[in-house]
Amino acid sequence: MAKSIDVSDLDIYYGDFLAVQGVNMTIKARSVTAFIGPSGCGKSTVLRSLNRMHEVIPGARVEGKIMVDGQSLYDPSIDPVAVRRQIGMVFQRPNPFPTMSIYDNVLAGNRLNSKRMKKAEQDAIVEKSLRGANLWNEVKDRLNKPGMGLSGGQQQRLCIARAIAVEPQVLLMDEPCSALDPISTSAIEDLIHELKSEFTIVIVTHNMQQAARVSDDTGFFNLKAAGQPGQLVEMNATKKMFSNPDNEATEAYISGRFG
Amino acid sequence: MTTTHETEPEVSPPSQRGDRIFAGLAKSAGLVILAALAAVFIFLAVEGIPGVNQPAETYAPLSSFLPYVGRLLFGTVFAALIALVIAVPFALGIALFISHYAPRVLAAPVAYVVDLLAAVPSVVFGLWGARALAPQLVSVQAWLGEHLGFIPFFAGPASVTGKTVLTAGVVLAIMILPIITAISREIFAQTPRLHEEAALALGATRWEMIRYAVFPYARSGIVSAVMLGLGRALGETMAVALVLSASPVVTLNMISNTNPATIASNIASSFAEATPAKLSVLIATGLVLFAFTFAVNFAARAVVARSERKFSR
Ligand SMILES: Nc1ncnc2c1ncn2[C@@H]1O[C@H](COP(=O)(O)OP(=O)(O)OP(=O)(O)O)[C@@H](O)[C@H]1O
Ligand SMILES: [Mg+2]
Repeated sequence: MAKSIDVSDLDIYYGDFLAVQGVNMTIKARSVTAFIGPSGCGKSTVLRSLNRMHEVIPGARVEGKIMVDGQSLYDPSIDPVAVRRQIGMVFQRPNPFPTMSIYDNVLAGNRLNSKRMKKAEQDAIVEKSLRGANLWNEVKDRLNKPGMGLSGGQQQRLCIARAIAVEPQVLLMDEPCSALDPISTSAIEDLIHELKSEFTIVIVTHNMQQAARVSDDTGFFNLKAAGQPGQLVEMNATKKMFSNPDNEATEAYISGRFG
Repeated sequence: MTTTHETEPEVSPPSQRGDRIFAGLAKSAGLVILAALAAVFIFLAVEGIPGVNQPAETYAPLSSFLPYVGRLLFGTVFAALIALVIAVPFALGIALFISHYAPRVLAAPVAYVVDLLAAVPSVVFGLWGARALAPQLVSVQAWLGEHLGFIPFFAGPASVTGKTVLTAGVVLAIMILPIITAISREIFAQTPRLHEEAALALGATRWEMIRYAVFPYARSGIVSAVMLGLGRALGETMAVALVLSASPVVTLNMISNTNPATIASNIASSFAEATPAKLSVLIATGLVLFAFTFAVNFAARAVVARSERKFSR
C-alpha cells in the first residue's frame, strides 16, 4: 500500500507571495520522514502541498513536480479529492467533528467513499482503527458519545484513527503532539513506530528529540534570509543529521546554537 | 505595576465611570425593550379582551370568537408555512453560494442585492404581487390544478385572477428571503476552518465538506434564521391584504378563489370601517397573533438550546 514521494523543484505560493522555493527531496515508502526548522520557514506549507490541501486556501498555488509512485500529483487529470482520500492528514490541533460520536468520527472518511457498508464491517473498521491509534481500550464503552467529550490527547488519537480508517498510502502529520502532554505524546510516538510498517509517514515537529526518536530521515527547512522564501537546507538519514550533518546551519539549529 | 502608582488613581476612575455609563445604557436599553413589550401586551389585553364576547353579528360570517380567530389563525399559519417552504431552500442555497461557492468578486454583489430586497416596503411587494405576479401565476396554477389536482393543496378549481394564497405565499417568501439568507450566510461563513479542513483532508468534495462541517455547525443558527423569517411572515400585513381576496375559511386548497385570510391582513382590511365592537374583536385577534408568535419563538429557542446542549458535551 505505502508509496514513496519524489519532489522536484517545488515552489509554493500564497497569491504573489513565494513562501517556499526550490524543494527537492525523496520520501521513502514505509518510513518516517521528519521536517524540522524554525517557525515560518514553510514546513506546514510543504506538507500541505503533498496532499493538495495547500490549494484550498484562496490564491494558493504550487509550481514544480511531485511524483507519488511515478504518478504526477499535480497532473490536470488528477482529482485533488481522490488524492486526499489516499494521503491522509493529522493536524496540529485535534479536530474531530463536533457533532459526531466517536464511532461516526472514525468512519467519517469511509462514509465519504460512499460505499454501503454492513454494520459488522463498520464495527470491524472502528475497532481496528481505534486499536491502531491506541485508543480502543479507553473508549470502547462509549463509542456513541461525542468525540468532543474526550481529552485533547484522546481527541488527537481519534483523529489519527479517523485518518488510518481509510487505509491511506501516506499519512501526513503536522505537529501532532504539540498540544499534548508527555504521556499522550509518547503514546503517539509509539503509534508512529507501529504505523510505519504499513504507511509512509511524514511528520512536522519542533521537538528535536521527537524527530530523533521517531524518524528515519529528517529534512531541515530554513529561510534563505529574513524576508526570503523558505528552502530545504538539508535532507539526510536522521542518524547522520543528528550526529554529523553536512550543513553548518543544520548543526547550529539541532544543537540549539541558532542565531 | 510598581511604576504607575501615582497615575493609577487618575487613570482608573474615568475608565470605571465609562464602564458604569455603558453598563447603565445597556441595562436601560434592555429594560426599555421589555417595558415596550409589556405595554403592547397590556394594551392588547385591555382593549382586546372585551372583543372575545361581542354580539354574534360582529363575528360575521361566523357567530363567536373562537371559530372566528381560529380560522384566521389557520390562514396566518398556512400562508406563513407556504412562504417558508418556498423561501428556506432558496435562502440556504443563496447563503451557501455566497459563503462557499461563489468567487469573491461575485459573492459581495449577490449578498448586496439580496440585502436590498429587505429594503423594499411591503406595500410595494403587495402591489407587485397583486398586479404583476398574480396574472403571471394564473397559468402555473391552472397547470397545478390540472396535473396535481389529486393533492389536496392543488384541488382547484384554479382561480382565474391568480390572487390566491399560493401567490400570497410566494410574495411572503420573497419578503422573508433576505433575513433568512443574511443570517445563515453569516453563520456559514463562521464555520471553523479547522473543521472544514478536517473534512477536506479526508477527501470530501465541497458538498460533502458542507454536510460534515458547515451544516452541523450552523444548525442552531439556521433554526433561528428560519424562526425569524416565520415571525415576519406571520405578522406581515399589506402584502397579503393586497394579494388576497380573503374570507375566513379553512381549506388546504392553495389555488382556488376562496382563500383563508390571515390575522394581520384581516385587521388591515377591516380596520377602516370597524364599529367599536368590531374593533375590539380585531384587537383580540391581534392579541392571539402576539401570543402565537411569542410561543413559536419560545419553542424555537428551546429547540436550539437543546441541540446546543447535546453537542457541547
Ligand atoms: N494562509 C496563508 N496565507 C498567506 N501566507 C501564509 C499562509 N499560511 C502560511 N503563510 C506564510 O507562509 C510561510 C510559511 O508558513 P508555514 O505555516 O508553512 O510555516 P511553518 O514552518 O509551518 O511554521 P510553524 O513552525 O510556525 O508552524 C510563512 O511566511 C507564513 O507567513
Ligand atoms: Mg506549521
